[in-house]
Amino acid sequence: MAKYKTAPLKSWQRAKEIRTEYYQNYAVAHEKGGLRWAGGAWTFDAIPAGLGDDVYPITSEPYGATIAFQKDFSDRCLEATERAGYARDLCAYMRNYWGSIILNEYGWVDPGEERKPFPKPDFVWQDHICCSHAKWYQVVSDLEGGIPMYCIDVSVGPYEHTTEHGLEYLVGQMHDGIEWLEKTTGRKYDDEKLIEAVNNTCRSTSAWAKVCALNQAIPAPLEEKTMYSLYVLGTLQKSSKDVADFYEELLAEVQDRVDNQIAAVENEQVRVMTDTQPPWGFLRVFRYMASKYGCVSVGSLYTFALIGNWIWDDEGNFVPRPTPQSQGLVIKDRDQALRVLAEWELSKPEWQHFYHPKYKSDMMIQIAKDWKLDGVMLHYNRGCEGLSLGIAENRLAILDSGFPVMVFEGNMGDEREFDEARTTARIDSFMESLDVPKLN
Amino acid sequence: MIETFQERYENRHEYAKQWKDKTGGKVLGYFCTYVPEEICYAAGVLPVRILGSHEPQDVTEPHIFAMYCPFCRDCLAQGLQGRYDYLDGIMIAQSCLHIRQAFTSWDLHVPTDWSYFLPMPHNVQSPRAVPYLVEELKVFKKALEVWTGNTITDDDLKRGIELVNRDRQLMKQVYELRKREEPPLSGLESMYMVVSSQLSDKEDHARLVEEALKELEDRTLGRPIGQRLIILGSEDDDHEFINMVESCGSTFVIDDHCTGTRYFWDEVSLNGGDPLTAIATRYVNRIPCPTKDWPLRTRLPHILGLAKDWDATGAVILQQKFCDPHELDIPAIKSALEEQGLTTLFLELDVTVPIGQFKTRVEAFLEILDEDDLF
Repeated sequence: MAKYKTAPLKSWQRAKEIRTEYYQNYAVAHEKGGLRWAGGAWTFDAIPAGLGDDVYPITSEPYGATIAFQKDFSDRCLEATERAGYARDLCAYMRNYWGSIILNEYGWVDPGEERKPFPKPDFVWQDHICCSHAKWYQVVSDLEGGIPMYCIDVSVGPYEHTTEHGLEYLVGQMHDGIEWLEKTTGRKYDDEKLIEAVNNTCRSTSAWAKVCALNQAIPAPLEEKTMYSLYVLGTLQKSSKDVADFYEELLAEVQDRVDNQIAAVENEQVRVMTDTQPPWGFLRVFRYMASKYGCVSVGSLYTFALIGNWIWDDEGNFVPRPTPQSQGLVIKDRDQALRVLAEWELSKPEWQHFYHPKYKSDMMIQIAKDWKLDGVMLHYNRGCEGLSLGIAENRLAILDSGFPVMVFEGNMGDEREFDEARTTARIDSFMESLDVPKLN
Repeated sequence: MIETFQERYENRHEYAKQWKDKTGGKVLGYFCTYVPEEICYAAGVLPVRILGSHEPQDVTEPHIFAMYCPFCRDCLAQGLQGRYDYLDGIMIAQSCLHIRQAFTSWDLHVPTDWSYFLPMPHNVQSPRAVPYLVEELKVFKKALEVWTGNTITDDDLKRGIELVNRDRQLMKQVYELRKREEPPLSGLESMYMVVSSQLSDKEDHARLVEEALKELEDRTLGRPIGQRLIILGSEDDDHEFINMVESCGSTFVIDDHCTGTRYFWDEVSLNGGDPLTAIATRYVNRIPCPTKDWPLRTRLPHILGLAKDWDATGAVILQQKFCDPHELDIPAIKSALEEQGLTTLFLELDVTVPIGQFKTRVEAFLEILDEDDLF
């Protein structure tokens, strides 16, 4: 007899459609006279939106994760990248992505169809906070025959110490970037489309945070494996109307699940969070935790805040950041749009630990308290130097705050560096240490 | 005379303590060569670079995940083991994530009165970088004034600039001598000269270099030069490794390292302007660490130029294990060097290196170069 009722997520199908359309639109953009660009999941995608409605991005990290999920193809991509001379410890997403360029095979395959050649982007539009973000795209540009590249440095220090000159540094680079986009593409820039895309960015990233906040409920309406498939839409194109609308619709559905005690894990009896990207080829680990122990991973700072925007309020609570538009702001021109976008993104929680692990530790401890967790599972992720940064210090801080911590080592995008049997054995030990009985 | 630099390198802690006793000033440990030492000198503070000791250690295991570079872990180990207990403060100028972890873990676990993070811009090829850094340098200058209790005037800044520039100019003279058919100093001696500059009062160091230059004028190594090599890549002060390569029948005649040319190559050009703008311009325009070398790879033509001007026939490309910024440049650099006709050898460094295994590879590399000479 299940402890809670459960039900499939109604929004699931729409999430799949948005993702499918995204990769299809990118692939066929040229056939329709449109443009293609490549950049990271954190790039300011709202800015190229001003070039027109037929300009489609491909963001490297979710694309790399998509490849990682296809283990045979991923192995071929990783090996192709290594043969080209790139080190095996570099970002695993990018090694998958570069391999797909080298092999000239697209990571997205429509059901029943053959794998197609990789659609070459027309330009690169990236941002830089991890010490290799811009360098990734130098390699992309090299591999793609020298396609033009523009990159914005966002590393002006933690949000709580934001300065006017730091903001001006970002906004200045953005203005220069728009000039570069016009020159590179030969298109005239449309500020109205920029303003709409900035509004969508704020709307989608705030709404996703609100969805995650609902997971404080017992039973949790969502579990992390499902959340991965939902947050990813923001990493694809957070500035799109479809994504912003989707998150607002999802918010209503998840609120309904909370109101009606519809659980993600029907026998929820222990609550944990993880950290950093999961080993994408082994998400069944989450199913193992749920089915064997009634263990729900309610998310992580990663799923909540890689795209979702949060803030510490005046009372010291970690809450979804309300959009400036919801507080009456109406963006009137390009400069204002860029300033709003820069200021909004600088508060992104997943950018704070780049300056000191204490910022991330504080957020994780607050999540552990407010989401009523029994323990924390940290993925020491060999595939990402940016998000594994400071993770050992986070472990010490979380332990100091009184929460049990389990660590497991792996790689988000390179299956050769993940030991599934060892990880499940560690989970068994962790659950035993938490006195969690096995489900019958 | 030349041995003095090695002594300074080996006795860095004693030197800094003595300086402190003698002057009563503060000693600031820094983690990356993007720290604007000119402003530290203007404040009467001695900046010393925190380096590792190339000894196996396990004290950093709870603090830094093992996929980050051995250099950053070696540096942190020094702090955790109390070897820098005389420091009054620490700072870092934003560069790679790896060394930043040494700084932040030090900040968390090694008692220090003052710590400072300078958000040195990454987009150094943008016209927006210098104005941004000027503002950050104003904030840094103010923070130093509060910490030391000393007001820093423009004259103080100019004095700091002249002091550091003087040492840079002298080190460039030393490097010019390495262009000779018979370089008067080895790569190892050169490394000691540069790194000791990072560990010494610049006035003191410049005086030593001036004296050394007189000695170097007529000096020879007293051994065959062998193959002329360029060494480049991640941070490298592994004297045992450099000595091994040079003892196998070669001489390093030039480098692209932050323990070499990247540290001192570019001067601050004051030209009667605002000192902080001049300093910011120098650090934005200096030969970059690869983490800041984008969208163009400006280091490529620079490295090729060094190899050509110093007449190198082979290149040893070193990389600290897990050093992502260098890893992302190495295929392009290796290819460009080979297109220019240089044979390359790529090696990955750890805190300690397997000298025996590396020696076999170096000997094979030098044999290839020797065969090239025959034909």
